[in-house]
Amino acid sequence: MKLLIANGHLIDPAAQENTGMSVLIEDGKVTGWIRPGEGVPEGCEVFDASGMLVAPGFIDMHVHLREPGQEHKETIASGCAAAVAGGWTSVCPMPNTNPVNDNAAITRYMIEQAERAGLANVFPIGAITKSSDGSELAEMGEMKAAGAVAVSDDGRPVPNAGMMRRAMQYARDFDLPVIDHCEDKSLSSGGVMHEGRVSLLLGLKGMPALAEDIDAIRDIILARDTGAHIHIAHVSTRGAVEAVRRAKSEGISVTCEVAPHHFTLTDRAVEGYDTNTKMAPPLRSAEHLEAILEGIKDGTIDAIATDHAPHHADEKALEYDRAPFGITGLETGLGLAFNELVHKGLIGLVRLVELCSTNPARIFKLIGRGTLVPGSHADITIIDPDLKWRYTNAGSLSKSRNSPFDGWDFTGAAVATIVGGRIVYRK
Amino acid sequence: MEKPFRRRDLLGIRDLTADQIVGILDTAENFSEISTREVKKVPALRGKTVINLFFEASTRTRTSFELAAKRLSADAVNISVSSSSVSKGETLIDTAMNLDAMAPDCIVVRHASAGVPHQLAKVSRAAIVNAGDGANEHPTQALLDAMTIREHKKQIDGLEVAIIGDILHSRVARSNIHLLTKLGAKIRVAGPGTLVPNDFQYLIESGVTSENTQSAISNPQLEVCPSVEDAIAGADVVMILRIQRERQDSAYFPTLREYSVHYGLTNDRLDMAKKDAIVLHPGPMNRGIEIASEVADSSRSLILDQVKYGVAVRMAVLYLATGGSPTNG
Repeated sequence: MKLLIANGHLIDPAAQENTGMSVLIEDGKVTGWIRPGEGVPEGCEVFDASGMLVAPGFIDMHVHLREPGQEHKETIASGCAAAVAGGWTSVCPMPNTNPVNDNAAITRYMIEQAERAGLANVFPIGAITKSSDGSELAEMGEMKAAGAVAVSDDGRPVPNAGMMRRAMQYARDFDLPVIDHCEDKSLSSGGVMHEGRVSLLLGLKGMPALAEDIDAIRDIILARDTGAHIHIAHVSTRGAVEAVRRAKSEGISVTCEVAPHHFTLTDRAVEGYDTNTKMAPPLRSAEHLEAILEGIKDGTIDAIATDHAPHHADEKALEYDRAPFGITGLETGLGLAFNELVHKGLIGLVRLVELCSTNPARIFKLIGRGTLVPGSHADITIIDPDLKWRYTNAGSLSKSRNSPFDGWDFTGAAVATIVGGRIVYRK
Repeated sequence: MEKPFRRRDLLGIRDLTADQIVGILDTAENFSEISTREVKKVPALRGKTVINLFFEASTRTRTSFELAAKRLSADAVNISVSSSSVSKGETLIDTAMNLDAMAPDCIVVRHASAGVPHQLAKVSRAAIVNAGDGANEHPTQALLDAMTIREHKKQIDGLEVAIIGDILHSRVARSNIHLLTKLGAKIRVAGPGTLVPNDFQYLIESGVTSENTQSAISNPQLEVCPSVEDAIAGADVVMILRIQRERQDSAYFPTLREYSVHYGLTNDRLDMAKKDAIVLHPGPMNRGIEIASEVADSSRSLILDQVKYGVAVRMAVLYLATGGSPTNG
């Protein structure tokens, strides 16, 4: 079965290609590029991508799929449905499931559930420490063999610098990036939003930016020491962006990602006490948002990752300081990137594809992904940059509804998502 | 859900204009006479239902709201939820919707979490009155403080007010800062560095807003002082905040003894204020800690006046929240 993605505009930064091109797919792989005017092979199903951007499949480096253990919030199947609707062909779930993904059996289970769902690829992130409790190393080698692409204790960042150093030394043996949610909890514990003028105004306990800065700087020093690759999750502060920029200039192996809400909203969004504005790291003040935008523009920030964190409506219908951290993001990430970055002229489409596909594939060393050169996996995101649409929580494919972007209008969307040569989503 | 016509929430002072504040104070002044009558009751709210929903322990504020409702002939129901609604498996919103289904006209809510009145106001048909939410606001306390100040100083415009103590966790401080600055007073705050964040100087809008940076310009009406003495010097009003003893366990300051020595209001410190300065405290007092007994019991202390005016202020708030029109002053 051949499928031709015809007459689209191909952007493949890894292959330095940015031109009108049709892409031929056979048996789940890209088998050829056909320039305009060249003959079309016989017997192809044709997808007309005229006027569309054709990009290597987008890879969300940071999601929470809640399975196993919290299937009332999300399952791998529902999360993957939301992912492909948002244009993501691959998602990388964090290990804070129940039980924690700290061993090969759970890693394998997550991949098998994704195969059963048959929508997006799932590349699990294993835990750094057993149960993510910061005390003993998890079996990183076994998890990698089972399909894990990185390790992280995400929301329970390793507090002990000695343990983190050992984790980096060990992860390096297996060429696994170490991802850290940078938050020194001795500075942020009990906090529910960014510490600053707005938290004082609202009487909510703050999480200071320096809690993120200090941990990011610690990790960078440890990466320099160990030679491991540190990937800073969802950077949200000026200090963390500056630390990463400096570290990169010094040749330290560091990368980082940003979540769409952090380049869109500031802490002022918390003013109505909507618990769908509560996440970690929190929405920061305008000066931090400015630094994030600079980092996206100058290349300090490598990737856009949604930190999709579904919570059941009942869990969010609580007092602001008791509600859980996290918002959904898979279906709004691309729309926000278009609204806030592309259409405002901050970045072009090539850079967008780098942030959402090329760089995530490079950081997680996903061979044959993040590019569409012949021989690659046929994971393709087809985008209409001018499509106007509205996101509603009621229409979400996630099992949860905890997005602050309910009712937002967007320009730019994935109109088709192809995974392994199959069209798994069409708008 | 549509709110009935004329329903007005009182969620905080922050949302009010100076005119609205003065309207409430003038209405309260009119009502204050009722509490001096032999028969302390008028029919203004006959047939209306007020629910006092207290998720946090309170004697004074709850009693004050209850008396205010009863003196206006409203039916008042008190609900004290000692533990949070979550312990029963019911969400906050469920609790509110259930009470709202019984068609009260007004729900007075106190909660240890900031923002709960705002969350309830989004789903309830009843008017929501904030009786204190976490560290956010305590609007009726600020109104009764303003009424006390107005009775003794005639006007608030131009006064210098010192607020001393745990500013960080104080809803009383926040509501008072908003109210008094809106009415033209100057505020100076002081206390331990751990409880008086420097960012507090940016709390109120400076009137000058710059588009892209939030590195706000502080408003000259609000000043964070390096010492208690600096804040008190020359003040017309000295407002002392209650020290919550559990803060000590959180290591904000080493001992109550040291607090009283360095930050407590003593006669010596009060002598630095204007000769006719008055002292306010929202209660309940920790005598000998944040306020020395000789100050608390002196003629300069108006602590019982505050309690007295509290009933009048709450009568005015309940009356206005359930559809009454403010008195023109």
